[in-house]
Amino acid sequence: MHPAFSVIFFTTASGAGYGLVTLLSIMQAGRVLPADPMLGLAGFIIAFALITAGLLSSTFHLGHPERAWRALSQWRSSWLSREGVFSIATYLPAGIYAIGWIFTDWRGGLFTLTGMIAAILSMQTVYCTAMIYASLKTIHAWSNRWVPIVYFSLSIMTGALLLNALAAAFGYFHAAFFWTAEIAIVVAAIVKMQYWRYIDTTPGPSTAETATGLKGKISLLESPHTQENYLQKEMGYRIARKHAAKLRQLAIAAGFVAPVLLTTLANMSPPATAAALAVLAVLVAAIGVLIERWLFFAEAKHAVTLYYGATSA
Amino acid sequence: MTSLPERQPETKLGLVIDLDICVGCHACAVNCKEWNTGGHSAPLTDYDPYGADPSGVWFNRIHSFEVAGENGDNRTVHFPKSCLHCDDAPCVTVCPTGASYKREEDGIVLVNADTCIGCKLCSWACPYGAREYDQDEGVMKKCTLCVDKIYNENLDVESRVPACVSTCPAGARHFGNLGDPSSDVSLLVAARGGYDLMPEQGCKPTNKYLPPRPRKTGPGATGAPHALTPQVADGGGAFLRWIDKVLSR
Repeated sequence: MHPAFSVIFFTTASGAGYGLVTLLSIMQAGRVLPADPMLGLAGFIIAFALITAGLLSSTFHLGHPERAWRALSQWRSSWLSREGVFSIATYLPAGIYAIGWIFTDWRGGLFTLTGMIAAILSMQTVYCTAMIYASLKTIHAWSNRWVPIVYFSLSIMTGALLLNALAAAFGYFHAAFFWTAEIAIVVAAIVKMQYWRYIDTTPGPSTAETATGLKGKISLLESPHTQENYLQKEMGYRIARKHAAKLRQLAIAAGFVAPVLLTTLANMSPPATAAALAVLAVLVAAIGVLIERWLFFAEAKHAVTLYYGATSA
Repeated sequence: MTSLPERQPETKLGLVIDLDICVGCHACAVNCKEWNTGGHSAPLTDYDPYGADPSGVWFNRIHSFEVAGENGDNRTVHFPKSCLHCDDAPCVTVCPTGASYKREEDGIVLVNADTCIGCKLCSWACPYGAREYDQDEGVMKKCTLCVDKIYNENLDVESRVPACVSTCPAGARHFGNLGDPSSDVSLLVAARGGYDLMPEQGCKPTNKYLPPRPRKTGPGATGAPHALTPQVADGGGAFLRWIDKVLSR
């Protein structure tokens, strides 16, 4: 599938933002993270900026961005519509929670509950994003149970790294931030490897034989057009296996290995160095996750390519 | 409303395509383009039509496949493909705006160009490549089964069939109600073993394909050999070698 930058940026940025909102409210509810107004201001600005920039970016690839509001109407059947509804619904509790955190002394049970509702809606939005892809039977690399797990774990991982950097920047150190980040990275790495193993070892349900219904060895003699058509440009994107293997290694190194090491190093360093290393971990992980998401599209093969000479999809 | 109709339409208009007859002339694709560029989803935009890299919106495409069968039974199969107007059309249910819909009265799948946001998700959901993105208009387009032709009372009755069907010079395309088991198209499908494309995708397409008829495997009544045996290169003697040389010039 054609890796469109707007969608790669949207899914990674909003995933990190929703992960941060979720962890801010969980850590605050667990009284691990003090409800420091300045930390809240920085945290929610980062989270909302990531979410909002992602959502806006996702509308850029539309043919008619001015009609994007219509996408909220078909939540009964469409995961894309559900994603739109939940992403907007999340703003309400998350916004109230952020205002309460930053500008008021409101710290009761209702405050914590508002935060938890924001966390649940955040994760629900991430799930909807994943299900847009996981519900497409036409793409074997997406239509499997690993996809929502990958989206959840990477959202929490990037959120945890952001939280760890944020807390360190404000001089708050707690084993919970460190361990959440470290465990989230390891879990995300294992999940992503399992995902890659799954798509490498299982064939898609469709073949050139089922696509055409013809019996025998089928090869494309003539394409319908002399030039590439929309389907080939959008669905026919192919990445060489050796390039994909290199990029996977890069995604693992930048997305998982480096952040684990940097976070460990930060945990052993004096506060100022710790904050700098934690921020560096976020930036390196961002590169890794962007490569991971680029591969998620570039490696996905669409069933329609079977009509254009692909031997598997 | 992008949920599918609650009850399956009783009338299921669709096409039956005979792969035994299609000669791969692309006339159906050309006439499709001609009719539809002035029809319901007009225009069928072309990009760089007279330049070095022309492309554009097409609702109908003809692929040509080489099929290597057993015992050297190889053949070329021309394979026209357009929207199959599926019963369980995933392009309809994924649509976030309700622009994509399946008609209850005849099962035709259409796009409302006034509410389509051009997110392309329907083209990702369709395994058959029936969806087209018009980058000039920013909306998705697709085969309408010539909805503006088949019900058009200004046309002669015999012209009220999709453009691809009326133009096919070989008679490889049939149009009718596949929801009625006693219709001509349903009988044809039953008689010839018509099948669905990619049944494993679960879309339950309305359009059916008729397989190429089995070829005679024996040498036939003429006594001719099944395949010619290669001539020995050096077997002709000097005169024939000279003839070969002269003719090969």
